[in-house]
Amino acid sequence: MSFFDYLQANWPRLLDLTIQHAVLVLISVGIATPLGVALAVATYRTETPRKLVLAVAGVFLTIPSFALFGLLIAPLGLGYPPAVVALVMYGLLPIIRNTITGLRGVDPSITESALGMGMGRWRRLLRIELPLAWPVIIAGIRVATLINVGIAAIAAYVGGPGLGSQIFSGLSRIGFPVAVNLALSGTLGIVLIAIVLDAAYVALGRLTTAKGIHG
Amino acid sequence: MAENSPATIPVRGPTMIRLEQLEKRYPGQDRFAVAELNMEVPEGEIVVLVGPSGCGKTTTLKMINRIIEPSGGRIFLEGEDVTAANPDRLRRRIGYVIQQVGLFPHMTVAANIATVPKMLGWDRARIASRVEELLELVGLEPARYRDRYPKELSGGQQQRAGVARALGADPPVMLMDEPFGAVDPIQRQRLQDEFLRLQREIKKTIVLVTHDIDEAIKMGDRIAILREESRIAQYATPTEILANPANEFVEEFIGAGSAVKRLTLTRVANVPIGSWPTIDATADDHQLLEVFRGTEKDFVLQLDQQHRPTGWLTRQTAYHRNLPRQPLAIVSTVTPQATLLDALNAMLRTNSTCAVVVDQSNTYRGTLDFDSIHLLVQRDVRKERFSEEGAAPAGEQKPVAESRDDA
Repeated sequence: MSFFDYLQANWPRLLDLTIQHAVLVLISVGIATPLGVALAVATYRTETPRKLVLAVAGVFLTIPSFALFGLLIAPLGLGYPPAVVALVMYGLLPIIRNTITGLRGVDPSITESALGMGMGRWRRLLRIELPLAWPVIIAGIRVATLINVGIAAIAAYVGGPGLGSQIFSGLSRIGFPVAVNLALSGTLGIVLIAIVLDAAYVALGRLTTAKGIHG
Repeated sequence: MAENSPATIPVRGPTMIRLEQLEKRYPGQDRFAVAELNMEVPEGEIVVLVGPSGCGKTTTLKMINRIIEPSGGRIFLEGEDVTAANPDRLRRRIGYVIQQVGLFPHMTVAANIATVPKMLGWDRARIASRVEELLELVGLEPARYRDRYPKELSGGQQQRAGVARALGADPPVMLMDEPFGAVDPIQRQRLQDEFLRLQREIKKTIVLVTHDIDEAIKMGDRIAILREESRIAQYATPTEILANPANEFVEEFIGAGSAVKRLTLTRVANVPIGSWPTIDATADDHQLLEVFRGTEKDFVLQLDQQHRPTGWLTRQTAYHRNLPRQPLAIVSTVTPQATLLDALNAMLRTNSTCAVVVDQSNTYRGTLDFDSIHLLVQRDVRKERFSEEGAAPAGEQKPVAESRDDA
């Protein structure tokens, strides 16, 4: 059976898996973003907490994904929960790091004049600092998303949704003709998701960055 | 008190800002950043805080709007103790301009200017008209600049927009930290002149920090020269400081050029104007000879019927009657509003030792000669020398009648 015949025969299921995969990634990034930004906002002005948060998020990212997914089975069982939790953990570091970098990169004369005009802490953060840091923050979210598109494949190991199941099925059938079709379709689906999401982020970045700070 | 504010002069207008025993000490440091500062800023005046770097002048400024919280003392604004008031609400009553301007780059010029009015809950129409008014006031054409972003403005335009933003909600007080420091010297001079013109219209109470004594003399109605720990070395008008520096520190800070600096402060109208032998244009040779007999000067000034100077006549024309009476044209005339430096310039330009003072209708008023300017300068120099020896000559120091002619 050629790869194209395979696709033709299985496309409804493949499309379903692709959507599941993308949804899993978006859910995890959707949780990691507010969490990461909140942690960054809470710590960017004080050295010790900032370093602590970055170190912890850095450690998360170094845990081998197989191990992490496996370890999460015990407390969270199989399926979505361990998959989402693991992906949130992996997505935190780029988001936290970029948010901190972006917030600390705001020209101090701008924050000082905001302060001097009587803008309170929250107003300064929401109206001045976050909008100015936004291009850097969204770059972090983009990196987190792309990392998670790849890692989400491993989620199939704990019964999670997505294209990982194709790849795992293929790997377990090595030697059989269908193995390549399974693994290849899963991999191509993941690449496709990555490309589409990446383009979406570029567009989103353009649309959401204030006009005065472009280029 | 005596240690802290020698030569404090009585305040003219009602007090807008009063600092009482204000101090700042950073934890873990022996020295004060600002030590027991007492100061009053009268309403509608520009008070300049000037001093060497690290003297605490910026810290002092930033304590007024509590960007730096004082560690002791009190701050009064319009008689109200604001030392413990809500800092955000306090700051909305005080315009703030810093050297780097700090415009919000992601907002248009109009949105920048609207910042404080918006926080104060003004309605849209009122904000729009206020933005318009302010842009016009600072010389940025509203239709052209309203919707631009800060990066689309030149340095000088950004500075103007910064001033407009600080004036947003028409605060009675403005604090300016080296506001003209970030632009080139020519721009700076223009912005300074413009700001002085603006101030005549808006009459805000302004506290301005600079390290540049020349800027202080130019901008200040009053100057506070600060030394380390923000101790006041002298707090007085520029004229008073230049004429009577309170101590060695002030003298040193003003520098050797104080005599020349004084020339820019003094208007021709405020110094004694000399008289020069004159002669009517219709006078005959005999009368001319009489005039020269009565003077040692080699030139007399010829005036027409309306008393306007028309030229110089030399002694030779009087003695050699057969020569045609050809007056030398006058180039160096000055008005009473000119500064002494302008007069000096006029003399140097025409290579003469005397400038003819005329009023607006060009009528002869008198002359100002090099010697009388020289005398003023010399008096300063002599005084400097005396005070270096530790004793000012008593009685001899009658300050020459002078004042800053603000009218």
